[in-house]
Amino acid sequence: MIKPIIDWLVYGIFKMRKGALLSEALNFFLYDTIKIFLLLTVIIFIVAIIRTFFSPEKTRLILSNKKNCWGNVLAAFLGIVTPFCSCSAVPLFLGFLEAGVPLGVTFSFLVASPMINEVALVMLWGIFGWKISLIYIGSGLVIAIVSGIVIGSFKVEDLVEQFGQKKQACCAVLLSGMKFRDRIVYAEEYVTDLLKRIWLFVILGIGVGAWIHGYVPADFLGRIAGKGNWLAVPLATLIGIPLYSNAAGVIPLVSALTEKGVAMGTALSFMMAVTALSLPEFIILRRAMKLKLLIIFASVVGMGIMFTGYLFNLILR
Amino acid sequence: MKIEVLGTGCPKCKQFAANAEAAVKELNIQVEVNKVTDIGKIIEYGVMMTPALVVDGVVITAGKVLSKDEIKKILSK
Repeated sequence: MIKPIIDWLVYGIFKMRKGALLSEALNFFLYDTIKIFLLLTVIIFIVAIIRTFFSPEKTRLILSNKKNCWGNVLAAFLGIVTPFCSCSAVPLFLGFLEAGVPLGVTFSFLVASPMINEVALVMLWGIFGWKISLIYIGSGLVIAIVSGIVIGSFKVEDLVEQFGQKKQACCAVLLSGMKFRDRIVYAEEYVTDLLKRIWLFVILGIGVGAWIHGYVPADFLGRIAGKGNWLAVPLATLIGIPLYSNAAGVIPLVSALTEKGVAMGTALSFMMAVTALSLPEFIILRRAMKLKLLIIFASVVGMGIMFTGYLFNLILR
Repeated sequence: MKIEVLGTGCPKCKQFAANAEAAVKELNIQVEVNKVTDIGKIIEYGVMMTPALVVDGVVITAGKVLSKDEIKKILSK
């Protein structure tokens, strides 16, 4: 539907030659940008509506005293729909523990929530297609569940920093008790706020992606980051750690790189590291966890991500 | 009356504190808006999502940036 309009604009109005590098790159850029912004607006609006039915308080209630593995599974799924922002990661983490949510279950939530977020999903779906998105969601859930179970089995509750006891239950007014119109207003605000924050990264990501798509020779990166290089997966994971909050810009870039020879599993590892392992979030979480726990958390999740990378490098293509 | 804004210093929390200050100013009441950034204090209030609004020690909202008008409505009650 968008494609003919873009073709008409680029080849008809701008009078650019079909098949020329510059016109192809521009065509690619315009098409992807419009498609992604349409998808972002529609899907994030729907996700925001769904989110009004969930709150950390509700999720905490569901998860409290869930001792076995089902708690981890439930936590990972709830992590997708419960609103989460890394700036409130500490109060959320401690709030969960205090309400009797087991440590391992809390970690499953803490991994799934940032990794499987709506922005990453829209970008993956719009740029890589539904198959890769499903693989990403599936492996993300497995990593969150398994990491939680593993960390839970270490019995490291003593590595959580101690804070004073809470005095009261929160809150007088919450998202519950919303009317349908309130939910629509909330979702509208949510979409506007989010687009305002990420639009530049999206355009930059797609722009650089379009440039790579048009100008970098195919298989340029095949030797460094293809399936043959076993070091590519851990390297991609490490590079992904400091790149938080740029998932919107990183995904189109990664897509262009996979065309130039980066193996799909390696690309998945990189994107997962960008969303799930973030340096700023670690610095925030250090206030709630002893360094040892933070290292355990990062290594367990990091190993899960690398395993996923190797696995899909073997399976895909 | 005692007004506290709980937040760890994220952009949303700063926006919220500014809204609260504007609301107090427009209502013409003599109270100070205290910004609480200490994680321990925030936990004590049982808040899991910042920013949060606390009036006279009672948590009113959490996890949502209220507009100036919404805060005015809450404060004039």
